Amino acid sequence: MKHILLLWGLLLMATAQAQTDSTSAFNQLFGRDTTLRTKDQQLKLNMDATYDRPFLTANKMPVSVGGYLEANTQYMQTDGITEGLSFQMRRMTLFLASSINRRIKFLSEIEFEDGTKEINIEFAALDIELHPLVNLRGGIIMNPIGSFNQNHDGPKWEFIDRPLSSITIIPSTWSNVGFGLYGKKYTRDWVWAYEAYLTNGFDDQIIANNQNRTFLPATKANRDRFEESFNGVPLVTLKSAIKRRRIGEIGISWMGGVYNKFQSDGLTLDKRRRVDVWALDFNTTLPMGTYINGELVWASIDVPSTYTQQFGRMQQGGWVDIVQPLVRKRMLGWNKAVVNAALRVERVDYNVGTFAETGDPIRDDIWAIVPGISFRPSPTTVIRGNYRYHWQTDLLGNPPARTAGFQFGFSTYF
Amino acid sequence: MKKTTLLFLYGAVLVFAAVACETMLPGTPADDALLDGPIAELTPEQNALFLAGDAAFNNEIFTPATGLGPTFVATSCGSCHAGDGKGHPFTTLTRFGQSDETGNQFMHQGGPQLQNRAISGHTPEQLPKGATFSNFMPPANTGLGLLGALSDEQISANADPNDKDGDGISGVPNWIEPPHFFKSQWYHKPQNGKYIGRFGKKAAAIDLLHQTVNAYKQDMGITSEFDPEDPINYAVSGQAGDLADDPEVSSAKVNAVVFYLRTLKVPVQRTPNDADVVAGKALFMSTDCGKCHTPQWKTPQSDVAVLSNQTLAPYTDLLLHDMGSGLDDGYTEGIAKTAEWRTPPLWGLGLAETAQGGRVFLLHDGRAHSLDEAIRLHGGEATKSRSKYVALTDTDRAKLLKFLDSL
Repeated sequence: MKHILLLWGLLLMATAQAQTDSTSAFNQLFGRDTTLRTKDQQLKLNMDATYDRPFLTANKMPVSVGGYLEANTQYMQTDGITEGLSFQMRRMTLFLASSINRRIKFLSEIEFEDGTKEINIEFAALDIELHPLVNLRGGIIMNPIGSFNQNHDGPKWEFIDRPLSSITIIPSTWSNVGFGLYGKKYTRDWVWAYEAYLTNGFDDQIIANNQNRTFLPATKANRDRFEESFNGVPLVTLKSAIKRRRIGEIGISWMGGVYNKFQSDGLTLDKRRRVDVWALDFNTTLPMGTYINGELVWASIDVPSTYTQQFGRMQQGGWVDIVQPLVRKRMLGWNKAVVNAALRVERVDYNVGTFAETGDPIRDDIWAIVPGISFRPSPTTVIRGNYRYHWQTDLLGNPPARTAGFQFGFSTYF
Repeated sequence: MKKTTLLFLYGAVLVFAAVACETMLPGTPADDALLDGPIAELTPEQNALFLAGDAAFNNEIFTPATGLGPTFVATSCGSCHAGDGKGHPFTTLTRFGQSDETGNQFMHQGGPQLQNRAISGHTPEQLPKGATFSNFMPPANTGLGLLGALSDEQISANADPNDKDGDGISGVPNWIEPPHFFKSQWYHKPQNGKYIGRFGKKAAAIDLLHQTVNAYKQDMGITSEFDPEDPINYAVSGQAGDLADDPEVSSAKVNAVVFYLRTLKVPVQRTPNDADVVAGKALFMSTDCGKCHTPQWKTPQSDVAVLSNQTLAPYTDLLLHDMGSGLDDGYTEGIAKTAEWRTPPLWGLGLAETAQGGRVFLLHDGRAHSLDEAIRLHGGEATKSRSKYVALTDTDRAKLLKFLDSL
């Protein structure tokens, strides 16, 4: 590992004179929207992320395509034991969008994760605008819980790992079949938006899984969830967000429903057991250009009282990312290249509560700190290096397992 | 800033990271601070088998789909033995239904173990009316292979059922009816078809296969080819098992777990040469604690080379002793009387705190919250030793406790 980092560092220094601008010809051929984090974005919300992507359109074709790719290498070590150097093809995602009419549009997102280990349709929905405040959306949608679930594209982030609470409490990317409404209201400096959807929801794998903890993402293993609801009760997801130009955005969201199969063939199997998730997300850019982004999440799960305390009745977590542009100028032939320093602090507690037998706190939590540095030759491409250190404490609160390591990778829209 | 400068700085950061990585990556905890890990000098084949057993023991989480329950105590082996150490009150299990050597009178009502938890939509087992019971704290797993390698003759040699030496201590083996899958080995010496039990609070398990098969079934509701019947919740019906196909775990996996348990390393004593620890050990022996907590054994030949001819210091005689009315819960197993308990090994005692969440829960049900309290709760055959301990000066008691904490 040490030698590879050394080699890479020396290689970068040695090739410091290299210049290229291979994108211009390509962009002349296709019209590409590369407006990420420009002034036009000042009234864009996290909920807009689905469409706020660079697409390629050829001439006047009504269909546009795009996608992103992220890959990395990492060397991690836990309490002195390492699995060595790994190369990971985290995901490749393809977008296909179409403006059927000025106020009817369709977008789909197909993702290949870890090679082809997982292939998912993360989004495939038709949007019909009846009024700016009343838009109908139906199909496979991304539930608007928190910010990350809808705004998760790799090239937008300075970190290789996704935030823990966003993928293990909120099971990002959390997509379901359903429909609902969304709308926005603009004033000069303000935008307010809402989203409300009914979708298929969770199943009882959230408390019956191989993680040995309450784990909402376990539901994603149920391939039938795009075909039928596990229990016939829809999952309700509501979100409202408000943003003020030059100040920032704050969003509050909730999703809740019944996760267990409480009846079958008309016969009662159990009581209805609920899962409810609340999230608060926020982001702002300080005058010095510091971008602060975060999300807090709480989940309440009606775990049977006769089940083991290993499975948490309450979970909570959150993360805050701070990204500070250090250099923003023409570099290596790229006109808008940026070097950022970044820092993520995150925590996730999978089992909030106390042991019935002792009154002591139940732990099962993780703290992590991730400093990093990134180079963006253009807004749509990021090359990033992270150092990750996290402390994982078991259920009983024994001395934590410490994991740390280096990650280096890239992510780009294409 | 010039781009060349920028890239140079970027590269320099990576070079710095490369140089710093050795100090930025968490190192291995000291060998004497951990209970888990294999015994030294396993062969590559044995390492592979150990790792398979480790994965089955610590990583395999059972669910209703894979056979959990429907009533159970824990969802995995590792849930009860964090870091292969002692358990915690939240995974304490309850045994019930036997009050003398005539056997368990409540087997038809779900004995001998209460499955106090249930999967969603199911009712946990209830303690039958009139059944005596005892709560058992899960023990540490370390060093079990060496204890299993001892011969019955070695264990019997320390027995003194009639207290011929008049020291008030009369250890006896627990003679156990073997399960149908038990295979007698050369180091066993049965009497009337029964074998010496050496594992468990009452020494009711003859060997680690016996212990493991029982734990799969009674703790997790997992059937195996060795014991293909689910625990039944008789409060629901005589057919109230789960709906998963049996057996729910293969013989290969059970055997791998047994090998894992056999080859877990023994706890490494910390600061054995510390003057107080040395003095504490002398006090431990002079107060006759070592008469039951036998300090030294040597294994005979074993099928696993690294278990052969090993000197070990588990501080147990693997025999049953009457511990007095204070520790008599009215429940027993095998031919043990209700006040009799197998002498628990003391090795690893000092690491209990790092496996039990920063506190200690000692004795068979975790009722003692310190070493001192545990000693003071000894009675019966240990009364004289307890009195000698209490009579020690504060300084000497501290030395004795420091010795125990070093184990």
